Amino acid sequence: MSGFIRVVDAVKTFGDPERGGVRALDGVSLEVARGEVVLVIGPSGSGKSTLLRAVNRLERLDSGGIWIGDDEVTARRADLRRIREDAGMVFQSFNLFSHMSVIDNVTLAPRLVRRTPAREALEEGRAILERVGLGDKLDAYPRQLSGGQQQRAAIARALAMNPKALLFDEPTSALDPEMIKEVLDVMTALADDGMTMMVVSHEMGFARAAADRVVFMDRGRIVEQGTPDELFASPREARTKEFLGHIL
Amino acid sequence: MTNGRRAARIAAGVPWWLVLLVGLGAIALGTALADASYRVIFGAVARGFGVTIGVALASYAASLALGLLLGLARSSRLRPLREASTFYIELVRGLPMLVILYYIAFVGAPALAEVLNGLLAPLIRAGAVKAFQARDFSFATRAGLALTLGYAAFIAEIFRAGIESVDKGQVEAAHALGLSHSQTMLRVVLPQAVKNVLPALANEFVAIIKDSALVSVLGVQDITQIGKVYAASTFKFFETYNVVAFFYLCMTVSLSMLVRALERRLKRESAR
Repeated sequence: MSGFIRVVDAVKTFGDPERGGVRALDGVSLEVARGEVVLVIGPSGSGKSTLLRAVNRLERLDSGGIWIGDDEVTARRADLRRIREDAGMVFQSFNLFSHMSVIDNVTLAPRLVRRTPAREALEEGRAILERVGLGDKLDAYPRQLSGGQQQRAAIARALAMNPKALLFDEPTSALDPEMIKEVLDVMTALADDGMTMMVVSHEMGFARAAADRVVFMDRGRIVEQGTPDELFASPREARTKEFLGHIL
Repeated sequence: MTNGRRAARIAAGVPWWLVLLVGLGAIALGTALADASYRVIFGAVARGFGVTIGVALASYAASLALGLLLGLARSSRLRPLREASTFYIELVRGLPMLVILYYIAFVGAPALAEVLNGLLAPLIRAGAVKAFQARDFSFATRAGLALTLGYAAFIAEIFRAGIESVDKGQVEAAHALGLSHSQTMLRVVLPQAVKNVLPALANEFVAIIKDSALVSVLGVQDITQIGKVYAASTFKFFETYNVVAFFYLCMTVSLSMLVRALERRLKRESAR
């Protein structure tokens, strides 16, 4: 297969499995092709965030394997730096470095990890911030920004490492309704530019506008997947129908 | 009516404890300038001022450095480091500062001389350096070392609390960007941790100034020791200890106020 991100039979248990531990991932296999945008939906506790976090090894699997390109994420001696350069991550709670200005947030990793000269990093950072509509907020601190602006800054920070794929963990869940659109617009523009994206989110508007495929997870398993139209209009599984009934 | 209410509001905002303290301080200073015997005591005790400040500053600086290392080790991923620093911290925090002081002065210093002699044995045999003796370490040095070792344990716990106060998401974000553990600690966690515990760290300086009085038991000529000797020889206990207290209060109250101002400023900044 030609998947850029490949997840094979991923299993992850939290807590002691003998004593009621939770199987967050119960044999998940998934491939995301280069340039593909995959939306992962499911009820809370379905394992969708765990799956995303396992892809750049913020979580370690109990068994199974994950590859990004030719790099095995799950290898014991995996080159974490390279994996994380390849797959950037955007968090629900933004997690901007609160003691740094926006531009320092964006240039920190290029300077430290890629050893980009400061001036070059600054120019690149400025261009990326322009792209997400924050060209006038370079010297602002995170606490001075709205939630939507913070999330766009966080996307810029991930983009600054030139990732081959971006992972979004509920990027709009912590936002006020009027700020969701500005973040989704940035994400849609990235999708249009051909970025490979894995997005955990229930934003149906984004799914219709940008997603190539929607994956429905429940209790650590992939229940059903298909194009947004297929899955939303005519789900096959009863559980999918029930879940979509709640969120649509 | 409104005037009365305004007066009441202003009265409520005044830190009366401070007014009283400054008032007493002014009276003390006035008396001292007017009274010849107070003038003499002031002059005598003032000679210990440098020693008190010197011991406090040196011990504080050294215990900040040692405390930071211990605090980092305490929050390390490596178990042996964690266990070793916890061992040290619990041991030292379980001892009275006075006992640490005696221990370092009369057990630690000779032992340190032995260790240094052991390490430098070839050089000493060759005659390049002289063998160390316990008396090569002045009592001021031993006292400073004891305060350092004692305070490092407290300061380590402050640093640990600061490190733990930083949101886990900050670490995850740094890791997700490819930063190594040490880069994450140095560039992301520590700056925020230190900012969070700055007032607590500054309070330790006030505490170390007060505990520096303990060095007097080793005969180090600080404010307390000079006052003690002076009072014993002149029987002017009341006047002498008034002056001693005055010196300490000048340092500690003003520093405490600076810490409060710092706290308010940090709070305002984070609220903005």
